[in-house]
Amino acid sequence: MRPTSEAELAEIIRSANAPLLVKGGGTRTLGAPKGEVLETSGLAGIELYEPGALTIVAKAGTPLADIEAALAAEGQRLPFEVPDMRGLLGRTGQSTIGGVVAANASGPRRVQAGACRDSLIGVRFVTGDGTIVKNGGRVVKNVTRYDLVKLLAGSFGSLGVLTEVAFKVLPTPATSATLILRGLSDIQAVAAMSQALGSPFEVSGAAHLPGDGTFLRIEGLTTSVAYRSGQLARHLAGFGVAEVEEGSSRWAGIRDVAPFLGKSGDVWRVSVKPSDGPALVANLGAEAVFYDWGGGLIWVLVAEGTDLRAQFGPYSGHATRVRGGAGIAHFQPEAPAIAVLTQGLRDRFDPRGLFGAAVA
Amino acid sequence: MEMPTPNSMILSAKARIVARLREVLPADAVIDDEAETRAYECDALSAYRCPPMVAVLPRSTEEVAAILRICHEENVPVVPRGSGTSLAGGALPTADCVILGVARMNAVLETDYDNRFIHVQSGRTNLSVTGAVEADGFFYAPDPSSQLACAIAGNIAMNSGGAHCLKYGVTTNNLLGVTLVQMDGTVVQVGGPFMDAPGLDLLGVICGSEGQLGVVTEAFLRILPKPEGARPILMGFDDNETAGECVSDIIKAGVLPVAIEFMDRPCIEATEAFAKAGYPMCESLLIVEVEGSPAEIDEQLALIKEIALRHNPVEVREAADEEQAKRIWLGRKSAFGAMGQINDYICLDGTIPVSSLPFVLRRIGEMSKQYGLDVANVFHAGDGNMHPLILFDANKPGDLELCEAFGAEVLKLCVEVGGCLTGEHGVGIEKRDLMGVQFAPEDMEMQLRVKDVFDPKWLLNPAKVFPLKVTAARRAAGYVI
Repeated sequence: MRPTSEAELAEIIRSANAPLLVKGGGTRTLGAPKGEVLETSGLAGIELYEPGALTIVAKAGTPLADIEAALAAEGQRLPFEVPDMRGLLGRTGQSTIGGVVAANASGPRRVQAGACRDSLIGVRFVTGDGTIVKNGGRVVKNVTRYDLVKLLAGSFGSLGVLTEVAFKVLPTPATSATLILRGLSDIQAVAAMSQALGSPFEVSGAAHLPGDGTFLRIEGLTTSVAYRSGQLARHLAGFGVAEVEEGSSRWAGIRDVAPFLGKSGDVWRVSVKPSDGPALVANLGAEAVFYDWGGGLIWVLVAEGTDLRAQFGPYSGHATRVRGGAGIAHFQPEAPAIAVLTQGLRDRFDPRGLFGAAVA
Repeated sequence: MEMPTPNSMILSAKARIVARLREVLPADAVIDDEAETRAYECDALSAYRCPPMVAVLPRSTEEVAAILRICHEENVPVVPRGSGTSLAGGALPTADCVILGVARMNAVLETDYDNRFIHVQSGRTNLSVTGAVEADGFFYAPDPSSQLACAIAGNIAMNSGGAHCLKYGVTTNNLLGVTLVQMDGTVVQVGGPFMDAPGLDLLGVICGSEGQLGVVTEAFLRILPKPEGARPILMGFDDNETAGECVSDIIKAGVLPVAIEFMDRPCIEATEAFAKAGYPMCESLLIVEVEGSPAEIDEQLALIKEIALRHNPVEVREAADEEQAKRIWLGRKSAFGAMGQINDYICLDGTIPVSSLPFVLRRIGEMSKQYGLDVANVFHAGDGNMHPLILFDANKPGDLELCEAFGAEVLKLCVEVGGCLTGEHGVGIEKRDLMGVQFAPEDMEMQLRVKDVFDPKWLLNPAKVFPLKVTAARRAAGYVI
């Protein structure tokens, strides 16, 4: 099924009597959930773009590439640096902006610009009883209502089918540079990244690839990038002499989990307090790891079938199974009181249980 | 402002309810004397007042849970209160309610610079959160103008903003986790000292829910390293249209100022008379502030100045030092006080797309003539969050009502051009009855269902946010004893 209007979509949902699998481009779906496929690619097009107001509104099935191209033509971009998961997950489709929102897909700039949900300012969606609902809008500052925009971001389609999304965007900085520290242990690297992120030099990416290097990105006006790179290198002198690389070309690889491409095994992403990361990693028995978000996000490659959550030990945080490991839940089981709230919301947004497949 | 009729069964059970509360709280934490409950009769929307039945001042999450369990069993509405600085009536009591004030819960529980968060009890004031970390070079970014007094609990309830949110975002973008006590006394930990939480973004919907989903007792807040420095530039223009275009061009140019503030002629004149900041007399004035090292500030200000000069400004004044920077901000920061010297006023908070600025200002000017009430405009231009101040005389019968009708017209206009009713103050009771302008019934219904999940009896701050007739059936069901 591939509706071409919001009204048609609502009608399909109203008359559905079996689980639906809502699909944007299918590039970041976790696992292979079942259900009758409902494609959103027929709901496409940028509806409003005001560069002077830093806002863009598009139908949910709009290809991400179209949005990025329209923004680039005005020297702007989505602030949250959307990861391309196709290589890691072996997918070939074209990512849609609605899928990006449903997954709250957020790359290395998370440490500075926030996640997808932080830039998302409005949604329209269709609930499980076929009702069309709007929340938020096209202005950045808006506290007029309960913020269902945030609730829909990262819900993996479990509360409704997105039909329109609105974002705050940002100017693309004139220039960028990457500082590289070599030879740091995981513990030293996380300490270095914390020190960098705790400095006033506006680091917009902080990643550590064990055995390769520790990377810190600076973006902005030309003079400012040169100044901050120098200052940051001095600030981190205790961790060694930093190389400064012009540009930020290596960040796409970090964003897209390139270090694990071509390697077999299960892939997990772990969200943790950065300073707990190295000790937690030591517990995991992983084949490979790397750290993004200053250590707040750890990508983990483990032998097939490993239940990573069982290895956490005393550390809090949570893990999502991204690839492989069939039979283990994709999403972290919730605390009982939270699970009651989640189920309550699902029951009210999707009373007939049409949309739950992607989070089962 | 219509409020629900107090429930006589609750009022008649006051003695029992108070006795039960005293069983779980220290003597000084339960206030039921009518002379003392009066202290809680209003917040900063002081035109509306109603003393609560009881006020409670717990010191811990456990005490909050005990209070809510009792109120849940007794079917007593609870109105949470931070510091009572809401401009929207968010903490306005009803005569049959328990006011739950978190002001005594103001401890810092943990400060962690490596992971860049602070864990506080929710009654702590906004400015004292920054106060706890600034000696070490950090700050908490959201800075509502009431930050000296307002509590984090209220900031979370209203998703408060501030002057610097163009760069740093509002409360929801700086909140990592909360401890939430639900109406039935269940304590849940939502989020924590991590960058993201598993599952649905419950934190996102709790923030900005105006105390209707639960009582936040503790919060993990993101703290940021302080910038090396900041400096403003001031520019004046002959008309609002040009000022609006200049704002748009600055944003498009790729500099991201921390603040772009706008004042119109009536506001400039009033603040000059009051604070004598030496502003140029013109139709519209912009103050743009940028951050960084001295060299970075120079680079950004040069770019902004070049853009401003393209728009034939009446004047461009760059702050060369701290003293000049203070003078540039002096008038803007005195704006509300200056207007208060002239008369009573109400402060609106609608947001509009920046591109609609000239049109909306022109329409407000026309309405001002039509209603015979003066208006001054001062607002955060970078994000379109307007603060028209409409002057009225509280001692003149009918003037407040006229002023409110004018305000409602302005807010409807904000929605018409693609904006919203409130950008950072919240709905409370003030904009409650206008929600239908912005939302279709089904848009509101989905929000009500969220409250159904968190507070099935509809006892938490029940008379706010949504028009009373929209929530009547749910509230009636909750009140059944």
